[in-house]
Amino acid sequence: MARYSAFSIFRNALSGQKNWQRAWRAAEPKPSYDVIVIGGGGHGLATAFYLAENHGIRNVAVLEKGYVGGGNVGRNTTVIRSNYLLDGNTQFYEFSMKLWEGMSRALNFNVMFSQRGQLVTAHSADQLDSFSHRANVMRLNGIDADILDREDVRRLVPYLDFSDTARFPIHGAIFQGRAGTARHDAVAWGYARAADGHGVDIIQNCEVTGFLRDGDSIVGVETTKGRIGAGKVGLAVAGHTSVLGAKAGLELPIESHVLQAFVTEPLKPLVDHVVAYGADHFYVSQSDKGGLVFGGNLDGYNSYAQRGNLGVVREVAEAAIALMPCISRVRLLRHWGGVMDMTPDASPIICPTPIEGLFLNGGWCYGGFKATPASGWCFAHTIATGKPHPLIAAYGLDRFRTGHTLDEAGAGPSAWLQ
Amino acid sequence: MLRIECPCCGLRDHDEFRYGGDASVMRPAHDDPDPQAWYRYVYIRANPAGLHREFWQHVIGCRQWLVVERDTRNHAIASVELARQLSARKSPARKPPA
Repeated sequence: MARYSAFSIFRNALSGQKNWQRAWRAAEPKPSYDVIVIGGGGHGLATAFYLAENHGIRNVAVLEKGYVGGGNVGRNTTVIRSNYLLDGNTQFYEFSMKLWEGMSRALNFNVMFSQRGQLVTAHSADQLDSFSHRANVMRLNGIDADILDREDVRRLVPYLDFSDTARFPIHGAIFQGRAGTARHDAVAWGYARAADGHGVDIIQNCEVTGFLRDGDSIVGVETTKGRIGAGKVGLAVAGHTSVLGAKAGLELPIESHVLQAFVTEPLKPLVDHVVAYGADHFYVSQSDKGGLVFGGNLDGYNSYAQRGNLGVVREVAEAAIALMPCISRVRLLRHWGGVMDMTPDASPIICPTPIEGLFLNGGWCYGGFKATPASGWCFAHTIATGKPHPLIAAYGLDRFRTGHTLDEAGAGPSAWLQ
Repeated sequence: MLRIECPCCGLRDHDEFRYGGDASVMRPAHDDPDPQAWYRYVYIRANPAGLHREFWQHVIGCRQWLVVERDTRNHAIASVELARQLSARKSPARKPPA
């Protein structure tokens, strides 16, 4: 694999930039692999990369039913943060943040990680108190966090509604300066290229239709490109975990829901940070092209359709204008949907499964993108050693049965029940 | 917009309704001592990519609970019934006290 560098751009300029090699091979499946990772999204590709990089397991295939980057890794709103409150989440997401900080160098691929800072507005004294609690927990774990008062927020983001008529007046905010965004497609492509460089086969347009068994163990997969044997199989198909889990005989506490994201027409630079609205579910950042990228709530009913409904478009637009009246005349360019695995406690599931040879990585709810590197790192460790990585000890499938749910957000598929 | 043919009110936009989740989940009997049965009732969902029986309540309308059969891949609705008419969805009978 040719390294990308300023020199390589210069050298290729001499031949008119016409001789770049493919970023990864178009692989066809071999009869068997040590490990098969199902799902060529961010998590699956990261898992394959860390299997090779950290554990020396290079006889690995990533099977993707569509194309790399066509699922949720290319559909999210690209926010990266580690402002979690509960033990188990706090440390995991901070580990992820540290991997983000070194990712472009580690992958030799510019993922355009931009630590522009993220703030969540507080709209009452009580909410600011709860944010102080969170900030203290973050700081005790060595994570940067600041509490801003109303005037601090006004200096930082003067375009929010600070008028006397604001429906929910801003009292302050919690701010994490190291949070930010990354170019999500580049993350998929970077991991794909780096994994391929280690000899991993990335097989696109290859849908898994069933599992091969030897007794109770899973020893391979049936695909649209034939049978492929495997020592171990890792599922990283969030959104469709229930569908493949059912084929393997797993009963899962997951509902699939559609989450929409939106982008406006390009504007001059306005939003320098990631801003989340504490009085409703709305978050916004501005892309390098100038579009405001934002999202809100789930559509709220089981769905595998990667498109949403207009009711939510209206709700999100209402929240947007309540926080930022200045964008009321901005036109929406596009909106799209992604299918989320929603777990009852809104925390992910990464663990070995009761089925020998099968490992599970799913249940990412709204928040899988920021976890991509840590998820791949820890899942690779789990597959390689057969035991959960210490950072994902809280993400076992058994936690629902034993009552150890990790209810960070109160935002599972039926948030009103929590 | 998803539209649901309410048996009382006719064809209405789905934002008049509140979603009530999987209608195929059966509550165990009140005196069922098996934690596994309660675990499955509270947490486990079939979550099919295809036909899904689900509850909707017509909150901005007749306020009836409905059971809707909908394809989760394309939102095509196969049937709508009043939930109370579905005798099939009875809770298991309570065991008489010993």
